[in-house]
Amino acid sequence: MEFDIVTLSRLQFAITALYHFLFVPLTLGLSVLLAIMETVYVMTGRLIWRQMTKFWGTLFGINFAIGVATGLVMEFQFGMNWSYYSHYVGDIFGAPLAIEGLMAFFLEATFVGLFFFGWDKLSKLGHLVATYCVAAGSNFSALWILIANGWMQNPVGSAFNPQTMRMEITDFFAVLMNPVAQAKFVHTVSAGYVTASIFVLGVSAWYLLKGRSTELAKRSMTVAASFGLAASLSVVVLGDESGYLSTEHQKMKLAAIEGMWNTEPAPAAFTAFGFPDQEARETHYAVHIPILMGLIGTRSLTTEIPGINELVASAEDHIRKGIVAYDALQKIRAAGSEAAVPAEARTAFEANGEWLGYALLLKRYVDDPRTATEAQIVAAANDTVPGVLPLFWAFRIMVGLGFFFILLTTTFFLLSARRRLDHYPWLLRVAVLAIPLPWVAAEMGWIVAEFGRQPWIIEGVLPTAAAVSDLGATTVLGTIVGFVILYTVLFIVEMMLMVRAIKQGPEPDTDPEAILASPIIAPAE
Amino acid sequence: MILSELIDYGTLRLIWWVLLGVLLIGFAALDGFDLGVGMLLPFIGRSDVERRVVINTIGPVWEGNQVWLVVGGGAIFAAWPPLYAVSFSGFYLAMFAILAALILRPVGFKYRSKREDPRWRSTWDWALFTGGFVPALIFGVAVGNVLQGVPFRFADDMRIFYEGSFFGLLNPFALLCGLLSVSMLVMHGSAWLALKTDGKVAWRARRYGGIAALLTLVLYAAAGAVLWAYIGGYRITSAIDPAGPSNPLLKTVVTESGAWFANYAAYPWLLIAPVLGILGTLATFFGLRSKAEILPLLTGKIAIFGIISSVGVSMFPFILPSSIDLRSSLTVWDSSSSHLTLFIMLVVTAIFLPIIVAYTSWVYHVLWGKVDEAGVTDKSSHSY
Repeated sequence: MEFDIVTLSRLQFAITALYHFLFVPLTLGLSVLLAIMETVYVMTGRLIWRQMTKFWGTLFGINFAIGVATGLVMEFQFGMNWSYYSHYVGDIFGAPLAIEGLMAFFLEATFVGLFFFGWDKLSKLGHLVATYCVAAGSNFSALWILIANGWMQNPVGSAFNPQTMRMEITDFFAVLMNPVAQAKFVHTVSAGYVTASIFVLGVSAWYLLKGRSTELAKRSMTVAASFGLAASLSVVVLGDESGYLSTEHQKMKLAAIEGMWNTEPAPAAFTAFGFPDQEARETHYAVHIPILMGLIGTRSLTTEIPGINELVASAEDHIRKGIVAYDALQKIRAAGSEAAVPAEARTAFEANGEWLGYALLLKRYVDDPRTATEAQIVAAANDTVPGVLPLFWAFRIMVGLGFFFILLTTTFFLLSARRRLDHYPWLLRVAVLAIPLPWVAAEMGWIVAEFGRQPWIIEGVLPTAAAVSDLGATTVLGTIVGFVILYTVLFIVEMMLMVRAIKQGPEPDTDPEAILASPIIAPAE
Repeated sequence: MILSELIDYGTLRLIWWVLLGVLLIGFAALDGFDLGVGMLLPFIGRSDVERRVVINTIGPVWEGNQVWLVVGGGAIFAAWPPLYAVSFSGFYLAMFAILAALILRPVGFKYRSKREDPRWRSTWDWALFTGGFVPALIFGVAVGNVLQGVPFRFADDMRIFYEGSFFGLLNPFALLCGLLSVSMLVMHGSAWLALKTDGKVAWRARRYGGIAALLTLVLYAAAGAVLWAYIGGYRITSAIDPAGPSNPLLKTVVTESGAWFANYAAYPWLLIAPVLGILGTLATFFGLRSKAEILPLLTGKIAIFGIISSVGVSMFPFILPSSIDLRSSLTVWDSSSSHLTLFIMLVVTAIFLPIIVAYTSWVYHVLWGKVDEAGVTDKSSHSY
């Protein structure tokens, strides 16, 4: 790997995005769990539920702080490191980011202050509303971010404008209803719920093992296990690969995930194990499970899934059309005014404009795609295959963990239903050890989504290599080092505080006002 | 979509220029006092409890306030993509410094009081100072550079080339603007502390705030004078089509001394912006001295409105002039999003901005009242 500006910019984005997503899933899920716990408190008036809300709220706060801080980096670095991208698609991509701020982040961030500081200043119901606003804000936030990301995977509702040299929106509704975005939203939010459930489950299991705060821990486990079970079923069943057949490159991503080099008759077999070899274009030591792939990828027994080799061949065809579009675009731009554009250039662009992005793949090899040699066209077509081996395994680790979470939450759900949560210490130990796993699964998921989209930054529209800012490699290397140092220090501090807060445990909540506040139902304790 | 034709492209661009100002002024007027409080923290809080009082005045609100910056960034991306692309990549290291400094803030607030160790707390206090000072300074420095023109150009395929350096940003006029920004936000932060605290903390806040207000006045006047005497403005010489395509390369531009004051000559009523900047600052100064409670905070917001909008008005229709390739300069008429995107974003903003203002006001109402030492030391109060 050479450290050119493209590699460095990608590295920085990967580091900052994966780091940011260490905090997002817990925020997403824990905010909803807090809302559930506080609802029980308000409905029953039992103090222990308020104590739970406050305790998990403290952990939520430690996590939330870094999520906010690193989110700002995410928003700013499109402009900083990806300025041609920002120019090229800002007309579409910027809107959901801005709407996220207006509709979701404002709500979340404004009410999170009240969540922590408002216990004595608000009525029970008033505080519950604040908590709901935080939960709604964080989940809406995910919706808009994933609409933006979904558009990168499946750029619907937009067209290239030769006058401004950029993509412009044509159908906002299509961008909102993008099937890839919708699938991603459900999948990602569910993954956040699983993360928070396993977190609450694991921390509570630790308390049970230590014999501390057992009442709080058992109730927390009950909530986490049932919520986590529903969420882990949803995250697997509503996995976002359902959107993978919507476009050519999503198909490529699916084929790469499967290490499926050649098209197979439907329904295709699932390769459960193997070592895909990019050079030889085959998967060594493959273990196949018949039919399963066709079912996962297409939800049908008759739809055919194209293999990598077939998709490369069609990419070559798209590149040739892209060159025609590129040529037409140059003529349109050279003409100066609308009226001066030669008719055949206009027709050629209308017929081939959608493949313009494929011509830009050649920019890696030549300045002017029209002068590309046959060998360069073949090379560019081969570039459309993402790294198969990392995708193959990242996907399998993610899916394997997904099934493990179903098993784990089901187990604790049953234990909770039979009131035997503290009967099997070894299961509690498993739950404690499982705490980091949802994060592993979530990060793997993003690697599949983003690494699988390569070489595109906007699938079929703009290659990643063409999207970077004109910055010096040392400059970007410098900021990478800066971010890594800053993020490492913050991570250590965060973990220290999290562990401390967990070890310290819930504060006893004996505020008499809360008892008076619900005179009808006397607290059970 | 036919609906978007309800408002013509030129008008939408003008509206979005105003909204850009609203968001940036919203950021400076709300998150501005948080930044100011951060800068004042080590000086106004002399003991640990006093520092906790200072921090807890903004503890519940700073997160919401900072969203103005997030939305400001998002709105620039959505409504002015070339501006977003050029300024964020051009000011790359400066943006990194802002981000690094801002990252310190949330963690500083959250983590400072989680441990008793005085060294731990003092470290985070200075981190919070940095988190206030660096962004305040750099935003001002950025404005100072924008007024002089920034060394960028577009290639034919609209690829952006920036030919300046980080240290080039730190020129005397830009530093003057940076200091103006710092003193303006310190003034505003002081007014907030004067309102939200009492006793010695409030007394010190009033004293520092008074000095900052005077400094703001002097630096604002100095910046205006330097701008008038030494720094040329920009003027479009080709015909302007407010509804033309967003392609900056289609126009011609010249530099001219005094061009940044031409709008005031053509429309004298625009002078209300600098006048409000000066009067607002003066009123804040006297308000802080006369022990008025909420007045200095409100007049401070007026001052911020006046000072920031005077920059926008002076440059109009320029948003980001280029010093090395004049026609690459970004103006209101050639660097926006498409007609449809501007329309959709306007609808969304028209719906959500009033809602945001409503619930933000409600939150401030709930949190109304002074923060005192007894409050922050009470264990059940969940203070930072």
